Amino acid sequence: MKVKDLLEHGFEALSLPDGDREIDGAYIGDLLSWVMGRAQMDNAWITIMTNVNVIAVASLADTSCVILAEGVDMSDELVSTAEAKDVNILRSNDPTYETAIKLSGLIA
Amino acid sequence: MKELSLNILDVAENSVKAGATLTQILLTEENTLLTLEIIDDGCGMSEDVVRSVTDPFYTTRETRKVGMGIPLLKLAAEQTEGELTITSVTEEANPEEHGTHVTATFNMDHLDFTPIGDVSSTILTLIQGHPDTDFLFQHTKDGNVVRLDTRELREVLEDVPLNSYDVLEWVGAYLREQYDEFA
Repeated sequence: MKVKDLLEHGFEALSLPDGDREIDGAYIGDLLSWVMGRAQMDNAWITIMTNVNVIAVASLADTSCVILAEGVDMSDELVSTAEAKDVNILRSNDPTYETAIKLSGLIA
Repeated sequence: MKELSLNILDVAENSVKAGATLTQILLTEENTLLTLEIIDDGCGMSEDVVRSVTDPFYTTRETRKVGMGIPLLKLAAEQTEGELTITSVTEEANPEEHGTHVTATFNMDHLDFTPIGDVSSTILTLIQGHPDTDFLFQHTKDGNVVRLDTRELREVLEDVPLNSYDVLEWVGAYLREQYDEFA
């Protein structure tokens, strides 16, 4: 499944510079250093953290997209940074667990 | 990071890379406030560089495009409603007194406070990796002090390298012993 296909299933795009990217698995975590070492390339990364370091970690770990759960907000400035750094950021209004279950059904 | 000790290691490594002959790592606990200072006498940074090191997309390395040491320390401080400040004097600006001073403050009673963790291991790792530069470590809490100054060690040991097995083992035990008396 491509990142942009999630938009048809209740996920909202905040930054989508590379919507054609394929999602391969997922990783969940909010401790950025931990995610940096463990998320796999092409994973969708589900988190509730929204600071500039999230964009840097997504870029380093080369995840296919960041999915912000719980409907958390990301500032316009950070969204612009994500676009400039080629990082896809989506948002789900569901809590992390429900977001993961929904994603699991879609990418299985 | 799961422990501040890992952040400390990351940032102190920057000091060594900046050519510091002495890197000081100071932890001061006063009630619920923790102040971490990493002070070096390295080559220093220009104002522009100081501004950009908190940006995770800035790095001195060429192998990757993002540098996370300072940004993650800043995040760890800010998520406890503390802050991170950096002052620096370049060698060009002042050949006599130059270097960088990183200060991070933490409210230890904040739910998102990252535990200090195993700082002794951080100090040992630094000495092991950089036996020819000096480190001063001091952790103060309610009048109790844990302290290690490699300059003093060097004076006693003369030509024995600081990263020899026996020295490292002694340093580890020396720090542990002091921490045992640390309430």
